[in-house]
Amino acid sequence: MKMIEAIVKPFKLDEVKDALLEMGVQGMTVTEVKGFGRQKGHKETYRGQEYTIEFVPKVKIEVAVTDAQVPRVIETISRAAKTGSIGDGKIFVRDLSAAVRIRTGETGETAL
Amino acid sequence: MVIDPEQDCNRKWKRQGTLSVVALTIAVVMVEALAVFTGSVAAQDTAGTSAQVVDVVVVPVLKIDTGDTAWVLTSSALVLAMTMPGLALFYGGLVRSKNILGTIMQSVIVLCLVSLLWMLVGYSLAFGPDKGGFIGGLEWVGLSGVGSEPHPIYGPTIPHQVFMLFQLMFAAITPALITGAVAERMRFSALLLFAAFWSLLIYAPLAHWIWGGGWLGKMGALDFAGGAVVHISSGASALMCAIVMGKRRGHGSDYMAPHNLPFTLLGTGLLWFGWFGFNAGSALGANGVAGSAFLATHAAASTGALVWMGVEWLHRGKPTVLGVASGAVAGLATVTPASGFIGPFSAIVIGGFAGILCYFAVVWKGRMGYDDSLDVVGIHGVGGVFGVLATGLFASKAINSAGADGFFFGNAGQLEIQAIMVCAVALFSLIGTWIILRVVHAMVGLRVSPEDESTGLDLSQHNERAYS
Repeated sequence: MKMIEAIVKPFKLDEVKDALLEMGVQGMTVTEVKGFGRQKGHKETYRGQEYTIEFVPKVKIEVAVTDAQVPRVIETISRAAKTGSIGDGKIFVRDLSAAVRIRTGETGETAL
Repeated sequence: MVIDPEQDCNRKWKRQGTLSVVALTIAVVMVEALAVFTGSVAAQDTAGTSAQVVDVVVVPVLKIDTGDTAWVLTSSALVLAMTMPGLALFYGGLVRSKNILGTIMQSVIVLCLVSLLWMLVGYSLAFGPDKGGFIGGLEWVGLSGVGSEPHPIYGPTIPHQVFMLFQLMFAAITPALITGAVAERMRFSALLLFAAFWSLLIYAPLAHWIWGGGWLGKMGALDFAGGAVVHISSGASALMCAIVMGKRRGHGSDYMAPHNLPFTLLGTGLLWFGWFGFNAGSALGANGVAGSAFLATHAAASTGALVWMGVEWLHRGKPTVLGVASGAVAGLATVTPASGFIGPFSAIVIGGFAGILCYFAVVWKGRMGYDDSLDVVGIHGVGGVFGVLATGLFASKAINSAGADGFFFGNAGQLEIQAIMVCAVALFSLIGTWIILRVVHAMVGLRVSPEDESTGLDLSQHNERAYS
């Protein structure tokens, strides 16, 4: 099992969600986050006074998937979230050691 | 009070037609005499009612004009709206969210405090019988003698009390303007003391010099609605305040962007709206000068907003909403001294230069090393100075026969007089403000503690928060 974390542009959230549901992902967790990569921040100007806003609003999508799904999930997110310009975001994959469905007590891949 | 019509001819309330009104009034004095003698206020009574007592008394009774009185009363309320809620919201939106109540409070309470002081003492000091060209006497303390009869100079067609009230609103907004320079860091008690001292010791003498029969007015200085009395005085004092108070904590490193620009826009709209009372009301009558001042005011505000936006667009790449608001206020402040003496196209030129000059004054502020938080110096100070000088360039007797011709209308000397006024008002304001700040600092301390400053004025000074 893997936990896939995708940090994407907020306006791309719906497209990513729809694409993931279409390929068979059952659920996801979404968090509004701030951060920066190579995009850095943006500038605001008030009466000539400049402020650099370093942290840019992004959305973090967390999806827990089986090992077999990983390549397709990554490909799906990449395709749906891509604009081609700087700041499209990143995808991180980490190992997931356990999963439990609380209602039924199921564990492992059946709990996903 | 001794009034020399020759020397008073350039004062702002001396509008077109004043002389003829005075002459007419004197002609009907005999007829009016009965009404006065019997204590009646019905000064409107005219020929016929008093023919039998024409030889009883000769008192110069001036005739109240209902239209003029209605307009100046309305204008007084318009100028009130400039301070509260206009300026309060304009400034309130520009500060951080933890300071909005403290900022609004400063405008509101200065309005209340100065209103009271003005009725008790301030009006007499500013407009009371002249003492050596420098200050008014104490004869009118507590508004003694300031009643419903018109004053021959201070609006001969409106009740003296209405003139006093109109001037009260000017006295109230001027120290409120200065609060923009000390935003987010001044102790509330210090602000109250400062406003009280400043109003009586700086504003009242300056109003006297120019409008109350003082030396600048006698010299022929033109200031229709307060470019020097209101804007240069508040701008110069704001500069001194910003220098003496020091910068806000975190200035230059922390994020100090305005927290609510829609509030600032709302305030801008109310300032603009109220400014019609400020400038057109300064004609002290519902007449042609009021109309042309109204037009000049609107022309300069619109041009100022457009030009500021354009300059910023070229200079910074984006037209900003705050830029448009700032440009409008810059245009309004700048045209103020000239508004009753110029035509609409002069107003457009003045508004355009206001947009350029004030924009660069505000942008270059950062290099000067002081923290004039909400740009009172850049907008009111620079705008006021340019406006007063521009009055010496663009004033025309064709617009207002009670004024004077400026440089472009063949009278270079007027510019010199205007320059003297700029220097005198700025110097007096700078020095006087420095002294007052020292005294207030010794009494209660000017700044809030570092901890209170980081908490914000709302909680630290007033135990309230705007957004919970």
